[in-house]
Amino acid sequence: MNAPLLSRRGLLLQGGALVVGFSLPGRRAEAQTFAPVATTGFSKPVAPDQVDSFLALGADGRVTIFSGKVDLGTGVETAMAQIAAEELDLPLDRVTIVQGDTALTPDQGPTYGSLSIQKGGVEIRQAAATARARLVQIASERLGVPADALVSENGTVRPKAGGQGLSYADLVKDGRLDLKVDPAVKTKDPARFALVGKPVARIDIPEKMTGRFTYMQDYRVPGMVHARVVRPPAIGADLQSVDEASVANIPGLIKVVRQGNFLAVVAQKEWAAIKAAGQLKATWSKWEGLPEQDKLWQHVRATKVTKDDVTSSTGDAEAALGQAARRLEASYDFAIHTHGSIGPSCAIAELKDGLLTCWTASQMTHALRKQLAAMIGLAPEAVRCIYVEGSGCYGRNGHEDAAGDAVLLARAVGRPVRVQWSRADEHGWDPKGPPTLIDLKAGLDQQGNVTAWSSQFHIPEGAAGNVPLVAASLADLPHETTMAPGNIIGNSALPYAFPNVRTVCHRLASTPLRPSWIRTPGRMQNTYANEAFLDECAAAAGADPLDYRLRALKDPRGIEVLKRVAELAKWQARPSPVKDVAGDVLRGRGISYVKYELNRTYVAGVAEVEVNRHTGQVRVPRFFVVQDCGQIINPDGVRNQLDGNVIQTVSRVLMEEVTFDRGAVTSLDWSSYPILTFPDVPEVVIDLIDRPTEKPWGAGEPSAAIVPAAVSNAVFDATGVRVRSVPFTPAKVRAALQGA
Amino acid sequence: MAQQMSLDVNGRAAQVSVDDPDTPLLYVLRDDLGLHGPRFGCGLGQCGACTVHIDGQAVRSCITPVSSLKAGAKVVTLEGLGSPEQPHPIQAAFIAEQAAQCGYCINGMIMQSAALLNETPKPDEAAIRQALAQNLCRCGTHLRIVRAVQRAAGTL
Repeated sequence: MNAPLLSRRGLLLQGGALVVGFSLPGRRAEAQTFAPVATTGFSKPVAPDQVDSFLALGADGRVTIFSGKVDLGTGVETAMAQIAAEELDLPLDRVTIVQGDTALTPDQGPTYGSLSIQKGGVEIRQAAATARARLVQIASERLGVPADALVSENGTVRPKAGGQGLSYADLVKDGRLDLKVDPAVKTKDPARFALVGKPVARIDIPEKMTGRFTYMQDYRVPGMVHARVVRPPAIGADLQSVDEASVANIPGLIKVVRQGNFLAVVAQKEWAAIKAAGQLKATWSKWEGLPEQDKLWQHVRATKVTKDDVTSSTGDAEAALGQAARRLEASYDFAIHTHGSIGPSCAIAELKDGLLTCWTASQMTHALRKQLAAMIGLAPEAVRCIYVEGSGCYGRNGHEDAAGDAVLLARAVGRPVRVQWSRADEHGWDPKGPPTLIDLKAGLDQQGNVTAWSSQFHIPEGAAGNVPLVAASLADLPHETTMAPGNIIGNSALPYAFPNVRTVCHRLASTPLRPSWIRTPGRMQNTYANEAFLDECAAAAGADPLDYRLRALKDPRGIEVLKRVAELAKWQARPSPVKDVAGDVLRGRGISYVKYELNRTYVAGVAEVEVNRHTGQVRVPRFFVVQDCGQIINPDGVRNQLDGNVIQTVSRVLMEEVTFDRGAVTSLDWSSYPILTFPDVPEVVIDLIDRPTEKPWGAGEPSAAIVPAAVSNAVFDATGVRVRSVPFTPAKVRAALQGA
Repeated sequence: MAQQMSLDVNGRAAQVSVDDPDTPLLYVLRDDLGLHGPRFGCGLGQCGACTVHIDGQAVRSCITPVSSLKAGAKVVTLEGLGSPEQPHPIQAAFIAEQAAQCGYCINGMIMQSAALLNETPKPDEAAIRQALAQNLCRCGTHLRIVRAVQRAAGTL
């Protein structure tokens, strides 16, 4: 259960046996040091095709699961334990999960894209099922009983007919399983599930509620010192001089570290580092390379397009638009957003004897390992990244950058260094969800059906690679020079069967602030435009928005989530907007739908809104959501994720926008970048569709995609005014109402 | 010169050595006393992650200089309420409601709610939401947190 705190003793294989005596101290940060693997002679496999890479059966009857996917606060640690325990026929409390340790866990890819269960969990399930099949086979040979006459239960294999069984530890004590994962292995019949599909209580919660849990920010290593970074006042400014005398009076100051434009202070105590960072005098060159914020969308339109990704093309949309009885056209935009983690990023690095160890809350320790190695010229094998859970990150936030900072500083002072970002570091320097601008056109026939759909998305080029590390960029050390905004073209194409469709993503050569993926990257912004513009078509056709979608949808699972959400929300069929409105507060409802990336999880949602017609204030008192993510591992975990997606995205849609001047981000705290607070949090009403015999699909992201359009559509329903620019601030809504 | 201070934390006397009287209580609790309950979130008193009780009042420890503590002031952190083995009723309610995602903000949610329930044993939902209005959660666990406080108050 405690991922990062395997003791060194636990790393030593005993006589080459698979059975490893793991010592797992509590989550309290104890004086743990990790000799990097190269010095231990330890040889636990990590290749993703080996069963031993994923699991170790302990002599004490416990099983340790090694997961490349990590729990970012979403509950996947518990879900992985459920999957493994289910497949191995073990009680849940005999499963321990080790996460994201490059020396111990297989590289299952970064923890992003709503793939932890869908990909990572399925891989663990296959490894566990392969192991179980081998255990039964060994038992069959030992007991002289045919395999199909044996049953595995509670960590033992015994004859179905009764009689003495053998424990897993007994079965493998002579050696490792040395077995390839069989991707075609027969996994457990869902009809026999005892743990999967059940609302199992989360493993980590009791310690998190009582202060015993060790977050990255709590982690300590012996001899460690504290650092804070001092970022340039403008993103591209050059450091001209540093007045070290300005911090000479700080007790316990160890060093002012300067490398190119990378500047930081290191001190014995954390508060001394904070004081020194605030007090340090440095002069920087002027830099004004950012566009003016109030001309952001002109800037985006004027940015060079490096290529077009045509994400769907059916029929001839241009010709059909020309022949349409009625044409509609609109542009939607979605502001630059930050991740907004409550705990600013933190990391510890130690460089010793040419080997680097980095404790990090990174969602991608295996990729980070290579980045860190490249930055300081080490072989990846000389670097070990160990995941320690941090504050929730909702995409690629500052965790990796803090790791880069810690590595440079550990090298500079020759001691383990802990770097804790400030609030302003996090708000100012975490990579951002890039600005998204979408132009749409539709053509309707005489009956109001969509005959042509044409959309153009203006979004940065790049995909989900490594986001360049701030430290490497500032210090001019080797780093990526390409953008990595995530897979942001997803859901630009439509789930509906229209006869003529063309969807194109114009990929831009640059974007104002360093981009990365924020939760539901691109797919949230793209679904927003698609589902809101479709609502415009429904209104133009005088059709009920639900009925209009169902007319164009052929997918039975999609149809089911829409019908179920309509039932849940007591949807009344009528066209929008609502008629006969009176009073200061206008009420409406809007619907939205997504088939995530057009190949997995289905979600439909209904937002209820209240719009103050004088102030322009929008509130979302209630949100209904229905999701079908196939086989559900932990329904309570899925509900928790749906609450989170709806609430976080309502916050994004109503309030959030990164502000900047010509030099840097200016929304550096929670008063300049406010988020939704308790009094305004909507009630979230959830209905889950569980399909135990289907594949498990992602649940951490998809439901965010439906929120913006549901809210926009509800505002239109209430007011007759379409809001097309996120966030829907009172000022924007008031202006739209006055212009109506 | 470092100054020796005596604090009363979770019912125990603690001696700490403080270089700077401006040092916020948060860093003394976390770095000198090794406590994990109070968390660094903003250092600005905006998010509530650092909340502790001082003489029963919910206080933002990130903007409370340690030197401002009155002699004999009783500091209680999340650890001082209860443990996984013996959780405080409000901690037990948060566990029962599974009221966390990443859990980073939860220290503040529990400490703020405990202070509320001390003064208002049976708050209604609106009062709970209002009492937590200055505590930020980013994962979107608000509804479970409100239910946990209702459960602890016996009003669920």
